[in-house]
Amino acid sequence: MSSTVISHDAMHHDDHGHHHETFLTKYVFSQDHKMIAKQFLITGIIMAVFAMLLSILFRIQLAWPDKDFPILEVFLGKWAEGGRIKPDFFLSLVTIHGTMMVFFVLTAGLSGTFSNLLIPYQLGARDMASPLMNMLSYWFFFTACVIMIASFFVESGPASAGWTIYPPLSSVPTAIPGSGLGMTLWLASMVLFIASQVLGGVNYISTILNMRTKGMDLWRMPLTIWAFFLTAIVGLLSFPVLVSAVVLLIFDRSAGTSFYLSDLVVQGEILPNEGGSPILFQHLFWFLGHPEVYIVVMPAMGITSEVISTNSRKPIFGYHAMVYSLVGITVLSFIVWGHHMFVTGMNPFLGGVFMITTLIIAVPSAVKAFNYTATLWRGNIRFTPAMLFAIGMVSFFISGGVTGLFVGNAALDIHLHDTYFVVAHFHLVMGSASIFGMLCGVYHWYPKLFGRMMNTKLGYLHFWLTFLGAYLVFFPMHFMGVDGVPRRYYAFTEFPFMEKWVSVNLLITWAAIVAALGQVAFLVNFFGSIWKGKKAVQNPWGANTLEWTTPVEHIHGNWPGEIPTVYRWPYDYSKPGHDEDFIPQTVPFSQTMSSNQMHDFEGDEEAMRIQEEWNKENNRVE
Amino acid sequence: MNLKINNPFKSIWGLLLVASLFFAVPTVASQQDSTAVEAQTETTVDTAGSAEADTTAAPATDEAPATTDATVSTGTSTTTAAAAEETSKIDPQVYKNFFYYVLLFLVICTVIAVIGRIHSLYVLTKKMNGKYDPLANNTFQAILLFLFLLFFLWGTYYSFAVWGDWAWREAVTEHGKDYDQMFIVTTVLTTAVMVIMHILILTFTLIYRMRAKRKAYYYPHNDTIEKIWTIIPATVLTILVLFGFFTWRKITNVPEELQKSAIQIEVLGEQFKWSVRYPGADGKIGKRNYKLTTATNPYGIDFNDKASWDDIDATDIVIPVGKSVRFHIISKDIIHSFYIPDFRVQINAVPGMTNYFQFTPTVTTEEMRDRMNDPSYDYIMLCNKICGQGHFNMGKKVIVVTEAEYKEWLTKQGKYFTEDLQKEFAQNNTEIEVDQQTASLN
Repeated sequence: MSSTVISHDAMHHDDHGHHHETFLTKYVFSQDHKMIAKQFLITGIIMAVFAMLLSILFRIQLAWPDKDFPILEVFLGKWAEGGRIKPDFFLSLVTIHGTMMVFFVLTAGLSGTFSNLLIPYQLGARDMASPLMNMLSYWFFFTACVIMIASFFVESGPASAGWTIYPPLSSVPTAIPGSGLGMTLWLASMVLFIASQVLGGVNYISTILNMRTKGMDLWRMPLTIWAFFLTAIVGLLSFPVLVSAVVLLIFDRSAGTSFYLSDLVVQGEILPNEGGSPILFQHLFWFLGHPEVYIVVMPAMGITSEVISTNSRKPIFGYHAMVYSLVGITVLSFIVWGHHMFVTGMNPFLGGVFMITTLIIAVPSAVKAFNYTATLWRGNIRFTPAMLFAIGMVSFFISGGVTGLFVGNAALDIHLHDTYFVVAHFHLVMGSASIFGMLCGVYHWYPKLFGRMMNTKLGYLHFWLTFLGAYLVFFPMHFMGVDGVPRRYYAFTEFPFMEKWVSVNLLITWAAIVAALGQVAFLVNFFGSIWKGKKAVQNPWGANTLEWTTPVEHIHGNWPGEIPTVYRWPYDYSKPGHDEDFIPQTVPFSQTMSSNQMHDFEGDEEAMRIQEEWNKENNRVE
Repeated sequence: MNLKINNPFKSIWGLLLVASLFFAVPTVASQQDSTAVEAQTETTVDTAGSAEADTTAAPATDEAPATTDATVSTGTSTTTAAAAEETSKIDPQVYKNFFYYVLLFLVICTVIAVIGRIHSLYVLTKKMNGKYDPLANNTFQAILLFLFLLFFLWGTYYSFAVWGDWAWREAVTEHGKDYDQMFIVTTVLTTAVMVIMHILILTFTLIYRMRAKRKAYYYPHNDTIEKIWTIIPATVLTILVLFGFFTWRKITNVPEELQKSAIQIEVLGEQFKWSVRYPGADGKIGKRNYKLTTATNPYGIDFNDKASWDDIDATDIVIPVGKSVRFHIISKDIIHSFYIPDFRVQINAVPGMTNYFQFTPTVTTEEMRDRMNDPSYDYIMLCNKICGQGHFNMGKKVIVVTEAEYKEWLTKQGKYFTEDLQKEFAQNNTEIEVDQQTASLN
């Protein structure tokens, strides 16, 4: 299959008649994986900025609960009458912030960008298995984003039942204004989003399984590809369950069914629904919801592995263990969802079982963290902005991961459930860690995306502001949670024991504002460098993977000639005996006789014999 | 350094600066002519009788002092006249302040850009003198990361010492003691892991930063080490899991006889308040049916069940110290959560099903006040599941008293089956009886 593609593109590349592309086919309805990756990335960045602004709004409310900010009324109108955000709108803000960050930024923005960019590039494919599906995947995602933002222009406001949209709050419009049209739009947006994810996921999986270049067996794939592959599998198996949950919720809201509703007296009105269970929704939701956090964090792990290895000039430590731990996380991620529901009244014995599976998943996660550390050990570390973000990702993953032992433990979760402790936990381990993985990827592959380099100084500034900011924002929240401050509280002024935390909220909000302004450094750098950046060279980081063998200028089909063949794994950095500190995957062992190790030949006796002969001739002692 | 005028970024930057100056300069000047502005506003409002004139006047007062150019102000006022009606209530000072902050930010950006340029110049001169070290910045970042490590360690210490002290109160229930023990064990363990891992990572980044003539150590794997650091966390986690599992079972799996012998209290959550129902003298909580909810019977109690007749309606949750209490948590409308931080108690209130939490308080409110040295301290039960605009304010006081005080308190509480309800109930029943009689007659 791939050979036909090769001959087609290799021979006709320069004089392709049908290469004439209009603006519409090249930039808008593009089917080229590189352009789609850029579309995903830029949409993701826009959504991230939007969601970040929402978070600044509710942080302002939390830090200054008694103060008016008349300028807010200019932008928000009746939702901030007199310059103070209303409780309903506060809940809308946290809801949409969560939804956008989790789904649009960290799922589509992260996976969508880097799976699309790197799967064909790093595997040696001309494009995705189905470019059309790929394009559809982006446009479904884009429509979902537009609908979600459109919900801000609805009279009753955007959805406000939390990003987990638990019914009955989300299904009874009289319970909260956001459960009116805003919720309908949320659900519509989510259905389109899931369609996008399924289209994308099928595409990623089939590309990885079928379109690897010659020599690229599974155990020679970079860890990025392993991560995208397993992420796509998790997404493909779990997102459809969310569709079912959402569709049933739509029925409950619009068709009068009672899947999730029973025994309700809302605002004094007895509702006719009988026989449903709100807990059913939670099971369906978290069957996606928990794998979702791994959908978010696994690509970040893959990207980080690649960047840490490249910039430590050292092979990633324990490549196989890294893959097996990803596989372990993938499998276990499907049987831990109940840990979100320990205190819902689910059978306590079931809670105990979910606790056991949950704490098992900490083992592969711990192995990953140890392996990152071992990779740094005795490396020759180069601190590009991407490397700093990768180190930041590992730091967040550890700091946020350890608190998983608290919230994953059913007994400890009794006290910590739904408090700020949980907010701190997931913002560090899944929010900050994956956003750092994403930014790390942007800095690292920017030359590949746009053919230019980003400004490193702005990159460092961005890293330090964001890194310090994120810690200052999320670390103190643990203590609020231990004190028993529930999340999604509009103000901390109603109960005496919470009042002491208003001062800490001030610190958090200022840190958030500074970190948010720090993102301007990124935006200027990102968008400015598209036109003004220094021209990139072909392989700026001295990396081994295949994408750096393509020309800097994007061409249809990625490689001008034949697709390169792969001879080795992607992590031959600083191999003893070789004159350079990296050996790209395309270099055959015959060209690196001085650095080959018997282990490299995977039991190929002929190759070993040749190597031994060469060793004898050249007096090489291995 | 070449100064090109056709650089679009510089042009945009300059425009932004100018635009902000345009708005911000008068904030400095406004101290002098603020009285003039006010006077002007007053006169325009006074003279303008019609609403139309009013709206055009508002932007005029916005813009006029900012520019002092009459033509510009009229130009902008006509274009913004439509929008002005909405915003006319907002004090022009608000806009000025906003643009003042925007300007401040732009100035900071400019300063940073200048510093960046100076640094480039510095690097350039070093290069010209042949003293340029391409790894200088790399070393600098490594040192910054190490400084971050010091900050991180200090921050961890500080937050435990200060915020930890604020946050930590010993549990005041029997199961809470097990909880606290496990919490502390887990905290010590996780903090140790976090600190050690950060020390390792951030010293490695310093020690193994790139040097010109060094090569990294090619070390792709070591199965023994990998096995060790798979097995150690697995063992530690197994211990934690077992520890947690048994504590969890102990809390949630109460033997049936203890369930029955406990004091039963029902708590009903609704937007945005809690109602508490004590069983009364018979020790039984009467039946509830949500379909019976009326304005006079908002709880939906089924008074056909005689067990409900003596059910007590309490304003606070009052429980005796040292007695096992079994809470029945229900919800009237949407999901709420029954959460008492001091007790390490939480269970959701779910419509359509009853959840239970049984525990034994060990410290009375009075004792706790002494302990906290705060005479107004109260235990509080909070709603801990997003439930709407009043979510943040949906609490109920929990008072732990001695057994004698509890008994005395109980006698003073009102009943759900109030006299009005009794009358209503009696009337309904006679109506039904009358209906039945007439039916039999026919």
